[in-house]
Formats: sequence, C-alpha cells, structure tokens
Amino acid sequence: MRLVVDLNRCQGYAQCVFLAPDVFALHGDEALLFSPRFDEAQRDRVEEAAAACPVQAILVDYSDEPTRGAEPHVG
Amino acid sequence: MTPGTITAQITDYANRADPYPLYAELREQPVRREDDGTYLVSTYYEVRNLANDPRLSNDTRNRPPGYARVGHPAEETGLPPSFIFTDPPVHDRLRDTINRPFGPPHSPRFLDGLRADLATVVTELLDAFEGKDQVDIVEDFSYPLPVTAICKVLGVPREDEPRFHIWADALASSLDPRPGGDDGQEKAQRARQDMGAYLSDLIETKRRHPGPGILSALAPDMTPADLEATAVLLLVAGHETTVNAITNTTLTLLRHPDVLERFQKDPDLAVPLIEEVLRFEPPVQFVPWTTALADIDVAGTTIPKGSPVWLMLAAANRDPKRFEDPDRFDPDRKDNEHLGFYTGIHYCFGAPLARIELHAAVPELFRRVKFSGLLEDPPPYRTNAVLRGPRHLPVAIEGLTA
Amino acid sequence: MSADADVEVLRREGRIVVVGASLAGLRAAETLRDKGFTGSLTMIGDEPYEPYDRPPLSKQALLGRARAEDTALPRRREIDAEWRLGVAAEGLDRQAKRVRLANRDTVPYDRLLITTGTRARPWIHPDEAALDGVFVLRTRDDSVRLDRKLAGSPSRVLVIGAGFTGSEVASACRERGLEVTVAERGPAPLVGALGGVIGAVADRLQRRKGVNLRCGISVTALEGDYAGRLRRAHLSDGSAIEAEVAVVSLGAIRNTDWLAGSGLAAGPRGIACDAGCRVFDVNGIVTDDIYAAGDVARSPHPLFDYQFLSLEHWGNAVEQAEIAAHNMICAGPDRRPHLWLPMFWSSQFGVNIKSVGVPSLGDQLVVAQGTLAEERFVAVYGYHGRVIAAASFDGAKWLGFYQQQIEAAAPFPPEYGTVDRRTETLEPVDPAFPDPHLPTHGPTVTLTGHSPSERRVEFVPSHA
Repeated sequence: MRLVVDLNRCQGYAQCVFLAPDVFALHGDEALLFSPRFDEAQRDRVEEAAAACPVQAILVDYSDEPTRGAEPHVG
Repeated sequence: MTPGTITAQITDYANRADPYPLYAELREQPVRREDDGTYLVSTYYEVRNLANDPRLSNDTRNRPPGYARVGHPAEETGLPPSFIFTDPPVHDRLRDTINRPFGPPHSPRFLDGLRADLATVVTELLDAFEGKDQVDIVEDFSYPLPVTAICKVLGVPREDEPRFHIWADALASSLDPRPGGDDGQEKAQRARQDMGAYLSDLIETKRRHPGPGILSALAPDMTPADLEATAVLLLVAGHETTVNAITNTTLTLLRHPDVLERFQKDPDLAVPLIEEVLRFEPPVQFVPWTTALADIDVAGTTIPKGSPVWLMLAAANRDPKRFEDPDRFDPDRKDNEHLGFYTGIHYCFGAPLARIELHAAVPELFRRVKFSGLLEDPPPYRTNAVLRGPRHLPVAIEGLTA
Repeated sequence: MSADADVEVLRREGRIVVVGASLAGLRAAETLRDKGFTGSLTMIGDEPYEPYDRPPLSKQALLGRARAEDTALPRRREIDAEWRLGVAAEGLDRQAKRVRLANRDTVPYDRLLITTGTRARPWIHPDEAALDGVFVLRTRDDSVRLDRKLAGSPSRVLVIGAGFTGSEVASACRERGLEVTVAERGPAPLVGALGGVIGAVADRLQRRKGVNLRCGISVTALEGDYAGRLRRAHLSDGSAIEAEVAVVSLGAIRNTDWLAGSGLAAGPRGIACDAGCRVFDVNGIVTDDIYAAGDVARSPHPLFDYQFLSLEHWGNAVEQAEIAAHNMICAGPDRRPHLWLPMFWSSQFGVNIKSVGVPSLGDQLVVAQGTLAEERFVAVYGYHGRVIAAASFDGAKWLGFYQQQIEAAAPFPPEYGTVDRRTETLEPVDPAFPDPHLPTHGPTVTLTGHSPSERRVEFVPSHA
C-alpha cells in the first residue's frame, strides 16, 4: 500500500502524525516526512490520518498489485 | 428577520435543538453586521479565509472598550489568558511548549499510546449496559470516556472529577455569548478561581513529585500562571467538547438507520462517518472571540478595524457552495474538508485526542449495542450555544454483544 | 467531418502517447481516463520503474525513513495503459505522427503528451564526474547509490551548490552525523530562489547545524586517487578540501534532446507551449496534437507579465498534467488555461520552507510576520508596488492568505496590521537577488523572456 502527501497543500497541522506515528513524522515544528509505503498493520491508522487531514493532502492507494506491464520492458 | 436580533436568536435556547435553519438564513448574507458592531461570517470560504487571515486576532483585548473580552480574566486577578485567546508570537511559544509532551515532533506516540487504555475504558462502560433496556448515552458513555481521557493526558486524579465537573460547566458557559450573562460571568470567574486553586496545588505537587501526564512534563518549562491557565483550558475543553462529538455521532446514526445498517455491516465506514458528523454537527458551533486588527474586505463588506467577529463554523460546514446537498448526512462525501475543528493556527489542540476517542468509542458502541431507538427526539440540549450538544440522550436498547 | 465529431472519435478510439512516465505523465493518464478517454494509451519512460515520487529522494530516503525503492506513486485509478518502460524516446516524426524509441520501435499517436521532465546537470568535466564518490541526485537509482555511499561513513561530503536539493542533501548528511562542506558560488544558500536577505537566514541555519559553508566560491576541479576514487576538491580561492563524496547539485537540464530536428520549439530551457499546454513549433505556431506538461514545459503566465515560466514544482506538474489531459481530448471552446500560482516547499535542517508566487521577480521585501532572527517568519516580496510572492520559514499556515494577496495584485508594502508584526511600520528592503546573468544553482523558477503577443486576459487589480 502506498501513499503520497501533497506537500504544497500540507500546512503542518500534523494530525496524521498523531494518528499514525509510524508512517508520518514531523521534522522540526512543521516539515512533514512520510513513509511512501506501509503495510497492513498500519492500514487503519493511515485511513484515520488521511481522513483527518484538515487540508485533505494525503492520497492513499490500498491496492498492492504491481502495475500490469510495469515491469521493465527493455526490448 | 429583524436586524440586530440574529445573535439573540442563535443564543436563544429555543433554537438549540436545530439551529440549522437559522444558519441557512444567516448564509444569505455571508457577512452580517449586528447593531452593536459585531460581524457574523457564515459562508465556508469566507470563514476559512478569515480564520487564516493574519489581520484577525484571537486576543479580545484588541476590541474597543465596551465589548466583551472573552477569555481574558479581569485585570485585577492578574491571571494570564490561555493560549487560544492569544496571538503569535505568544501563542506560538505557548502552544509549542504545551505540545512538547503531547504530540510531534517531540512526543509523536503519546496519544497513540493511549489507544489501548481508552479501549479498556470503552469496554468497561459498555459492559455496564448489561441487563438494561434503556441507557443515557451522555451519562453512561459519552461523558465518562473523555473525562477519563483528559485526566490521563493531564495527570489529574480521576476521582476528583465531581469537583471540577461543576467548574468546567461554569467556565464553558462563559464562552457562550448569551445576552445579560453577567451572572454567568461572575459564576465563571469564581469557577476559574476555584479550579485554578485546585490545579495550582496539583501542579505544585507535580513539580515536586513528577508523575505521568503532561502537567508534570510541563511544570519545569512554564510559569505557574501559564501552566494553570493551560490546565484550566484543557480540562474544560476535554470535558465539554468530545462528549458532544460522541453524543452527536450516536444521535445522528440513530436518526439515519440506512447509514447505521451499512455501518454495522462495514465497520470501515467509521472513518468517513466520524468526519461527516464533525461537518454535520460540529461540537464547537462558532467562534465568537475574534477581532479585526485592520479593515478587512470580505464578500463585498468591509469589517472595520476593532470589530468583534464571529466565525460561524456550523453554518460554513453546511454551505451549499462548498458541500453538495449540505443538509444530507453522507459518509460517502469526498473531499470533506470541514471546519469542525476550525482551521489555521488555532486549529483545535485536542483534535487528535478527540479523534482517537471517537475511534475507540463509536465502532465498539455500535458493534456491541443493539439499539431499538431514541426515546426522545430531539433530546434535551444543554444551554450552551457554542459548545452545543445534548444534555441527555436516552435510548432504548435490546441487548449487548460481548 | 466536424471538429466536434473528430474529438468524439478521438475520445473513443484515438491513440494517445505519453512520453515521460513520472508524476506529470501518470496524473495526465489518470485524468484522461477520468474524463472518459477510452482509446489506447501508451506510457513511455526511460527508467525501468513505474512512476515514482522524487521529493523523498533527497529527504526521507537519505534519512533512513524510507527506501528509495518504495517511492512508487499511489494511483488515483486504473489507467489501462501499455507501458514501455526502460526505453527512452529518441525522436519525433511530426509528419508521420510517430515517436521513435531507442530500440528502433516506433509508436504512432493521434495526440502526444510530452512530460520528459529534467535530469540533473552533471559535473562539468566528464572524467571527474566519473570518479567513484561523485554523485548527482535526481533518480531513484541516484538516491540508492548515494544512500549506500553515505552509509559507509565517508570522512567528508562535499555538496556543490546550495540550492534546495544541495541544502537538503547537506541537511540529511548532518543528521547522519557526517562532516559536510557546502560550496556555493553565490553569496548565500537559496539565493537564486529567495534572494540574499532570506539566503542569510539559510546561511546561519546551515552553520549552526554544523555545515562547513563556503559561499562565493566555486569548485574548479575534483581529484581522484590511483584507483579512481574521489579524494580532493580544488576551490576557486586556491584552497583544496579532502572529501570522499561529492554531490553535484547544480540544478537541472530539461530533457528535450530527443526532440532535436522535430521542428518543435524545444531547447535547453524547455518546451514552449501556450497556456493550454499546446506546444509551439519553431516558427511560434501552436500545434494542436502535441502537448507538454511538468518540469519540461514553459508557458506564459498572465500574473507575471506573460513571462514564460518553467516551473520545477511538484504541484505544477500535477496541475499542468491535468489541464493538458483535459485539453487534449476536448474541443477548442472547452479548453482551460493553466494559471497555476507557483508554489514550492523544501524541508531542511528541521525547517519547513515554502514559497508562493515568484520571489525572484521581487524588487522589494518586507518581513510581514515573525522575525528573521527567530527563523520563523513570513517574508512578502513586492514588484512594482504590488505583492508578487511570499516565503515562509515554519509559517505555512499563513501562505494561503498571501496567495490571495498575489492573485488580487494587492498593494505592496502591505499597510494593514497583522498578528506577529514586530515593527511599527514595514520598511521594504532590497531582497538581494543576484544578477540574473550570473548562473545560480537550481532556481526553482526560471524566467525566460516575454511572450511576443500583446493579448490580454481579464486581469484587473482589485486596488487602484
């Protein structure tokens, strides 16, 4: 499962860090760091975090399948 | 509607159970001037912009003489305001300090670490439903949980709760801009002093014998007066808001059996559902303590410097220009950027605690309890218009699952 | 057949080819499907990986919080595309409407979207660039290699160029406990993007965090040992420093080489396109079947004197991709302009730096909130008496307000009172941007001349 935070939208409310501290972290008072990949154990917390974001900046993709045809195609 | 009466109507208890038609009327004029020079702002984008506007102050001492200076204890008491009634840089320093033991970057796991404890509390509260055919959701569930939580967070003995319960109520009422509330203000002042005395004793003890909770952690870093003001604020907020959030969620679900049925089949619905309740029935309905530091043009109206400004969060949350079909309770709503916890630098400090409590409480409540319905609809509300919520929520229940 | 009918056929069974399988390419593809495009979609990318996110490569990935391999971007939806990854596009035949690949395959298109982005500007001397220990940082592989090298605790890391990427690398190295020297040709870090006044704050910050910062100096040569490992760097002041690792952070080059001879207005500064993302040919005539988006595109912006802006910004890539995708499959009157206000962020040394607007256009600056000394502030840039940009250090929540000030062409300096105002009156100062003719390292916005046209959009300043 993957996620990305739109850090243009992010204003450092840090609600995601409170709710899913193993996936999100603050670096200093405001800069957000996130783990772009997370596992099933974190799923509920990430869902809470994404829904809680006051500026709705977190995009989560729960499908864990590699993209069809996305394997190296060096011909 | 006659001009000048809208604030009276909002604070009128008769409108407490359903203030939303009033808010809809209010939105027809996004920025409305009351006769006393107070401005009410009720549409989503205008509220959001103002809450993020550096020309708007939370320090009510910026109001001209004659206006209520909400949040600022009378000069002679020598007490400082709590941080929500301050502006940067004072605000940022206080909030950063208080946040140190509470959240990231220094204590990112503090609240997450309470989840298991809160789950236990929820289990115990629900176990006590056994054998009953009727409960009061407020008394039996939504009140005890946040109180236990805030006591744990602060490190305040849970058994002292009956004492500060009364003070918290009195202080919460003082945020309520009821006309002719001098009596309330006096009561609040007394409660503030009593609660302050209780907490300053407690803080002094913690300074000497540190224990769990953030008061102990903060004692070395804050002046006794600032820490006391903070403790008062957090204790009151912890008492008066999350209880409404949990009760409102229960009430809203029982009023929407279709959603309830889905929720019981699909517990994952809890996440969007809780956010939708925060939009639909926000626990803090409006913020009546901001002041313009400059002339501000909003939606074609100029709010003059010095004017008290009320930001109507609950009205903004139902603005059809932002939320489609806003009066519909819809947990499938995408992009639910509600203002239930406010926005900007004064975004609710306790929001993550409230969410963790809601997530501990709501799914378990509806998993374990088989409800047969509301016994009173609308339920009786508390008088407070700002921190609006039912005083009691009597429900009939059919049974309890383990 | 009418043009509208053409569009209908295109949407139903057209062939759309996207060259550049990164953030912009992916978001464009998702938008195409979202908007009902059911034809064939081909994604061509020179790297062998599905689209991934680059900002973490200089942050989380170097701080041990994420692996560079784990940065694959989340998908907004299925895109049902044919992926041609690990093979670069090598040429474009506009007559035959075909993209030629490095493996000699050709891919025909009805509409082409170019999102080939940028690559790191390499060290000037190829033989020195080839030394073991000399790195650039742009791709996933770059990040993996650099991370591995840093894990070996090199005695000193030399960062060449104190733009945003260079500063972020230096920050990560300090957090890993490594000795770092930063060599910057300008007078301060970040000076190209934010000017010397704010650069001085970044300067203090770096030094306080233990960076050996050398400004006003350039690296003249990198020297290896007998085994081809970096040992030493020679500086323009005649001194030399010992370093096992050098990270070359001299900005980016736009990936347009493959378009040489295609007849498109593509060059080292990017691909010129109109506000609707349609690419110009060399004659300045707009094409109707070729679009560009993301770092590689440059287009005129009405808010900034119609200058052609080329933005290496994450948010710009997303939004321009969405606009391009929309415009590719709709008829003329339904097309939308790309009027994104430039926005940027960087996190370094524990500080969140953000900007909105185009600071480098500013001729004046005020610190509107907070103070430079506390490294927590909002600085506002003015241009010809109006607000043109704002930058914050740990003050992101305020930028939305200043964004609206920019969009409304509000007067500068601001005359109203605000919270956290530390002086009675705001005295504007020169933001101290370096002479634009001197090369700076990796500005995030490059301004590349005026539009030839005099046309106007409705743009009325709200204040006289």
